[in-house]
Amino acid sequence: MAQFTLPANSVVKPGKTFKCPTNSNNIKKVTVYRYEPDNGENPRTDTYEVDMNDCGPMILDILIKIKNEMDPTLSFRRSCREGICGSCSMNINGSNTLACTKAVDDYKGDLKIYPLPHLPVVKDLVGDLTNFYAQYASVKPWMQADTPPPPDRERLQSKEDREKLEGLEECILCACCSTSCPSYWWNSDRYLGPATLLQAYRWIADSRDEATGERLDELEDPFKLYRCHTIMNCTNTCPKGLNPAKAIAEIKKLIAARRN
Amino acid sequence: MANSQRPLSPHLGIYKWPLAMAISILHRITGVALAVGAVLMVALFVAIASDPECYEWMRSILAGKIGKSFLFLWTLALFLHLFNGIRHLFWDAGYGFDKQTTFNSGVITLLATVILTVAVWGVAYFS
Repeated sequence: MAQFTLPANSVVKPGKTFKCPTNSNNIKKVTVYRYEPDNGENPRTDTYEVDMNDCGPMILDILIKIKNEMDPTLSFRRSCREGICGSCSMNINGSNTLACTKAVDDYKGDLKIYPLPHLPVVKDLVGDLTNFYAQYASVKPWMQADTPPPPDRERLQSKEDREKLEGLEECILCACCSTSCPSYWWNSDRYLGPATLLQAYRWIADSRDEATGERLDELEDPFKLYRCHTIMNCTNTCPKGLNPAKAIAEIKKLIAARRN
Repeated sequence: MANSQRPLSPHLGIYKWPLAMAISILHRITGVALAVGAVLMVALFVAIASDPECYEWMRSILAGKIGKSFLFLWTLALFLHLFNGIRHLFWDAGYGFDKQTTFNSGVITLLATVILTVAVWGVAYFS
């Protein structure tokens, strides 16, 4: 049964405020979720007053500035700073997105930054994605084919067949979509979630893959696939502009079609 | 185990609801409401079939302010569930998934619900 409120150890308490060290006329108030695994205390939200006259344009620039200049204890994942690694996914002002590709100017007023929703928190903005990755592995995200490849070249694909992978192969597994989905919040132990299902469809749609039947067999399950109720949060939040909800609908259609 | 002691990150309390998410939960709530309404409808049929006093008693409840408010809400629920159900049929057929279309179809669903509900009650009052 879904628990709509946070457990006692997860209730967020008010935290500290870090004043801007300069006399800037351009200050952004940034409230950040903090959790310290070592002191036994509940999570809290700290507020940082950031001087925007001396800060880059992206949300990630703010976080790096806070860590470098105001509070070195802040933890968050980041790597490529250009929206291709999927590390800096987090909840910014209520929606999941990548901190590196989201401009500060896209938001009016103060900022509120939380980790991706409904994950066990390792520290601050770092959520535990173990289950997410295990679910991804469970759909066997690699090409399966009994036919050996031609001896003199790779497996070829027509332009039309390659086009079927557009909007699927761009997924960077940032987990923004899965952690935006209420069905995934309440059933992540059994429901695979939008990211994993989009990846599953990426291989179902691949003309070179020969395991489509087995893949559909695996997915035909009341929880793995059919906890999707077309709430559309996944598609609304995807920072890469992809459409996991549509990919899930295509899987449902294929399963319905092969019953005839 | 260390894992189980980790706090759960905030979810429902901090997530900004897109229109589609709000309509989705309304679809479920109206579904439950309509199931309850169906029981009442059966009760009404039983009352009609049993005896005039029982029917008169049911009528007096439904014709009162509270009864009419509930009937109005049931009308709203019926149309929302109906139009959003049609929206779901399109989705199930694989259409209308892009962000803008989803938003537009949500707005149309809500508008159609309000217009049809007002129309039904307008007809009921003025005819």
